[in-house]
Amino acid sequence: MTMSEGDLAVMEIRFVRGAMLDSKPPPASMRGAIGWLRENLLSSPFNIALTVIIALLLAWIIPDLLRFLIFDAVWTGADRDACLEGVQHRAIGACWPFVWERWPYFVYGSYPGPDRWRVDVFFVMLAIGVVWLLWLHAPRRDIGAIYFFVVLPISAFILLTGWRAIGLEPVDTVLWGGILVTIVVSWVGIVVSLPLGIVLALGRRSHMPAVRLFSITFIEFVRGVPLVTVLFMASVMLPLFVPEQYSPDKLLRALVGIALFASAYMAEVVRAGLQAIPKGQFEGAMAVGLNYPQRMRLIILPQALKITIPNIVNTYIGLFKDTTLVFIVGIFDFLHTVEISRIDPKWATPVTSTTGYAVAAIFYLIFCYAMSRYARATEARLALSDRR
Amino acid sequence: MADSAAAKLNIKPSKLKTDMAVKLVNVNKWYGEFHVLRDINLAVKGGEKVVICGPSGSGKSTMIRCVNRLEEHQQGQIIVDGVELTNDLKKIDEVRREVGMVFQHFNLFPHLTVLENCTLAPLWVRKIPKKQAEEIAMHYLTRVKIPQQALKFPGQLSGGQQQRVAIARALCMAPKIMLFDEPTSALDPEMVKEVLDTMVSLADDGMTMLVVTHEMGFARQVADRVIFMDAGQVIESNTPEEFFNHPQHERTKLFLSQILH
Repeated sequence: MTMSEGDLAVMEIRFVRGAMLDSKPPPASMRGAIGWLRENLLSSPFNIALTVIIALLLAWIIPDLLRFLIFDAVWTGADRDACLEGVQHRAIGACWPFVWERWPYFVYGSYPGPDRWRVDVFFVMLAIGVVWLLWLHAPRRDIGAIYFFVVLPISAFILLTGWRAIGLEPVDTVLWGGILVTIVVSWVGIVVSLPLGIVLALGRRSHMPAVRLFSITFIEFVRGVPLVTVLFMASVMLPLFVPEQYSPDKLLRALVGIALFASAYMAEVVRAGLQAIPKGQFEGAMAVGLNYPQRMRLIILPQALKITIPNIVNTYIGLFKDTTLVFIVGIFDFLHTVEISRIDPKWATPVTSTTGYAVAAIFYLIFCYAMSRYARATEARLALSDRR
Repeated sequence: MADSAAAKLNIKPSKLKTDMAVKLVNVNKWYGEFHVLRDINLAVKGGEKVVICGPSGSGKSTMIRCVNRLEEHQQGQIIVDGVELTNDLKKIDEVRREVGMVFQHFNLFPHLTVLENCTLAPLWVRKIPKKQAEEIAMHYLTRVKIPQQALKFPGQLSGGQQQRVAIARALCMAPKIMLFDEPTSALDPEMVKEVLDTMVSLADDGMTMLVVTHEMGFARQVADRVIFMDAGQVIESNTPEEFFNHPQHERTKLFLSQILH
């Protein structure tokens, strides 16, 4: 075996490199499927133990889950008899005919049947708006923003509550329910809470004592009270002080309550981001002559919001799930419609509740996971400028 | 060639309105109880290059940061090209528009490309059309010898390149006065020269410059005057020749013996 230059360097006091070394590919244990397994699943004894435990857990849960949801499930039927073990003489899983029959109620609540197309149109319009804004390669995203923040709220309001002049029968919000309410409440919460939260966060860091005091008082008060209390205050206390005819709509009160509640949390999330921005960024922006609104809008907020994306989405997901709390003030959100349907005597069986809750779980899981995935992709996209 | 491009773009070195670029009269500043600037008096004429040195904590950075009001002074007068700095936000903005600043840690905007870093202030503060702002930016990026990096993000550049972008960003506002706050202190040794070269060429063009630095070679080559500060006060001020060859104050002698080996 010949001596490499490295050996020479170790042995000799004088050493001058003759040839530069080429880079070589990494060893096989670092590449391909084996490399991936070694690095991600089997990198240490602790990691190996975790991998085994998780594999066992999955093996324990997944077969039962599939058996209940698919293999033993009942797919067709007219009433509870289809899902009763005593009648069918076989193991019974999920009772899907219950869901098929109740699905319109899950989606629209008690929204009058002939007018349900209006809700469908709203869903489609909202979907268009969301895709337009979130899909980066969509054309004219500036118009998309106007559509989403101006056109959509107005037309959705007219469409859903009705306007006689253009032939849309008014529909009282008492009749709204199901996914419609869940979507409306969380959409309003999401759209309102971010801008309001930013304003509150900037207010809390303001040099003007009055502004700062107001922001701190608002944030700390709202954060110091449970959402349930805010909703109760909005729907039970308010009518005590305001005459009946001036009292705003029940759903509207809940909307305002949730939006303000989410704003306070959003304010703290944004503030954390603002505090993470180095002082040099403020100084750099000042030194080139930008004024306060420009500094915030062009330099500080884009960076602060970027680093808070995980927390913002976290708050959004929390908000989305918190909308289920509106049921305590008598508003029929999606979960509440499931809750009412599962005790319907027509479908009362041992598996009805489980089926209903499974549907609710899948629904919330899809929405929350989608939000989380989109946030991950955005983070990855913005990571390019992460290095300072 | 660069000259003709500059002429086409209508880029002229901005002229000061008065012959006194910066004037500090009995300036005092405190951080809480700590008296950082003590009776500072300094007058910088148009086109003059002043190098400020001194040990850390001597107040030299604080002093030049007062010139564009990144720091507030509590007593005395600071007059920048005829505009006195007070709490008046309009005056502060007016001064900041005309005074460029280069920081130790560059303070580039990491979420914007190099080109966007350079065009941002001209677009929003000077209200220059986008196309023209980009031409000006490319002119100065060429001047600091990194036009090919225009579409990269600052984080993708070396320290020396970032600092040259920072200089170009300041120049895009066509400032009358440039402040440098230890522009080479955060750089790897190999990158110091490229930044200093840029600063020398700027000085050759007649820019009024206040430079806080420990680069004594730069001071000898460029400065009209060297100021030595310690404990928040000006200890000695002289031409570079005299300053380096015949320092008067004991503190200056000690400082120079420490940094010149």
